[in-house]
Amino acid sequence: MIEIDGLTKRYGDKTAVDGLSFVVEPGVVTGFLGPNGAGKSTTMRMIAGLDRPDSGTVRVNGKHYPKAPAPMAELGILLDARSVHPGLSARNNLLALARTAGIGRRRVDEVIELAGLGEVAGTRAGGFSLGMGQRLGVAAALLGRPQTVVLDEPVNGLDPDGVRWIRLLLKSLAAEGRTVLVSSHLMSEMAQTATQLVVLGRGKLITEASVEDFTGHATGTGVLVRTPETVRLAEVLAAPGVTVINDGTAVLRVSGITAEQIGVAAWRAHLPVYELTPTHASLEEAFMQVTQDSIEYHAGATR
Amino acid sequence: MSAVTRPGLAPPLVVPAPATVAGPVTQVRVVRAEWTKLRALRSTRWCTLIAAVLIVGVGALVAGSGTVYHVSAGNSAAAGISGALLGVLIAQLVLGVVGVLAFSGEYGTGMIRATLAVVPSRLPVLWAKLIVLAGLVLPVSMLCAFADFFTATAIESSRGGSAISLTDPGVLRTVVGSSLYLTVVVIIGLALGALLRKTAAGLSAFAAVFFVIPIVAGTLPHSITGFTPYLPSNAGGALWGQSATSAQALSPWTGFAVLCGYAVVLTGLAAWQLRHRDA
Repeated sequence: MIEIDGLTKRYGDKTAVDGLSFVVEPGVVTGFLGPNGAGKSTTMRMIAGLDRPDSGTVRVNGKHYPKAPAPMAELGILLDARSVHPGLSARNNLLALARTAGIGRRRVDEVIELAGLGEVAGTRAGGFSLGMGQRLGVAAALLGRPQTVVLDEPVNGLDPDGVRWIRLLLKSLAAEGRTVLVSSHLMSEMAQTATQLVVLGRGKLITEASVEDFTGHATGTGVLVRTPETVRLAEVLAAPGVTVINDGTAVLRVSGITAEQIGVAAWRAHLPVYELTPTHASLEEAFMQVTQDSIEYHAGATR
Repeated sequence: MSAVTRPGLAPPLVVPAPATVAGPVTQVRVVRAEWTKLRALRSTRWCTLIAAVLIVGVGALVAGSGTVYHVSAGNSAAAGISGALLGVLIAQLVLGVVGVLAFSGEYGTGMIRATLAVVPSRLPVLWAKLIVLAGLVLPVSMLCAFADFFTATAIESSRGGSAISLTDPGVLRTVVGSSLYLTVVVIIGLALGALLRKTAAGLSAFAAVFFVIPIVAGTLPHSITGFTPYLPSNAGGALWGQSATSAQALSPWTGFAVLCGYAVVLTGLAAWQLRHRDA
């Protein structure tokens, strides 16, 4: 479990993380979302004790991580930037980390195989592609069989096979009861992997919700109703909490009420309905809606 | 640990996690980890090899060329050996690179984040690097210094020079001292690399302290050279007869103590910074 309480981090006069509080539960994959510069990586560095918070606390598995007696059993972390020595082979990179916790060569070879690095284990990591580097970073995070795993953009640069590997890996880690926090900009990938979400914007918590709730509340989720009696049906459906958008065509966009309820209401009012289609906002749409106001770096107009 | 679920979420499937393989971090384990890195790096092997060749090679060159060395009232046996150990002055730059890179190399590549994430208490990493560096440089330089002594004295006596023995006054101190000097100098390099974090900055600072400043100080007028015996290079050089100062050099062990003082202060600063600054 990761418990973050009132976390604040400033670099100069820029506040990267601002009074952030959230909890990452074990047993599920938690997605960590936010636009560039939202403070995700800074938060992850503070979880690993690499950056000191200006205020607030981080607890990993109930402990203050820098004081954990066996850190590699508590937390395995992959940071966004490369954190391997290019002059050392993949195996020696891993071995150097493993030694600090008395982890043997067997486990090192095990994670090398797990990460699909068997053939390049003896090669200097400096020559690795982005994807190979990511695999090595993930292998390092798994070395100590940690109770909590934090991965920053693990699928970055991975081939489809690697993306699938990460997806299955994260799910199996969660199924083992571990805490899994993973950031990604690939919303479709996140939608397939995560069940919980923590969304940041400008260093602040925007929302903490399940993927279902998060997409469920976004516009675009609702029911599409095709009827020749748009005006009358809109009147019938009108109720607090129900939104009906009539754009002048024969289609109503209704939210706040289920397709079943619309069908029953239309039948009772003797109004014909030709089509009744529930629609779902994608995670990407939901994400764009909630983070629109907090995007740090807007893409400029194309010239 | 049991999983806590939230309302609206299906309870996750929880199977017992395989037992962890990671034990506690100990100083001995961190030393082994640092040795794994230092030993596997090409820069370590090359620099060590070059330093060894320099120490023994320059010694042989000095002994085999120029006028033959005769021990006399003005030319002590220790001074002769000190001259044969001239290669140490160049070797210190090469080994200094290894010292500086021990930290700056990790900051430059980003490996420091991986290193400190698994040793979040941080200081064991500094002590471990110090131990493995000293553990590499001390025996290697000691071996080279003795090899240099035997090679140089053999060449000198074959050319008809005085046969200098390890038991002559100050000779053993000079030979052993050059190795002790090199070891402490490399530790200063390590501390500079940790403090400055950038390889270029660390190497520049190191070269300035042990190469540029002593030379510049040597050109100053006599009236203001009172500080020069206390420069790290001159203070440490006093131990093995290489104090390049026009002022009165410090006594051998006092000078070495001053050099060690610099190392302790710089290492202390590095420790404080490592502990308090973001990685």
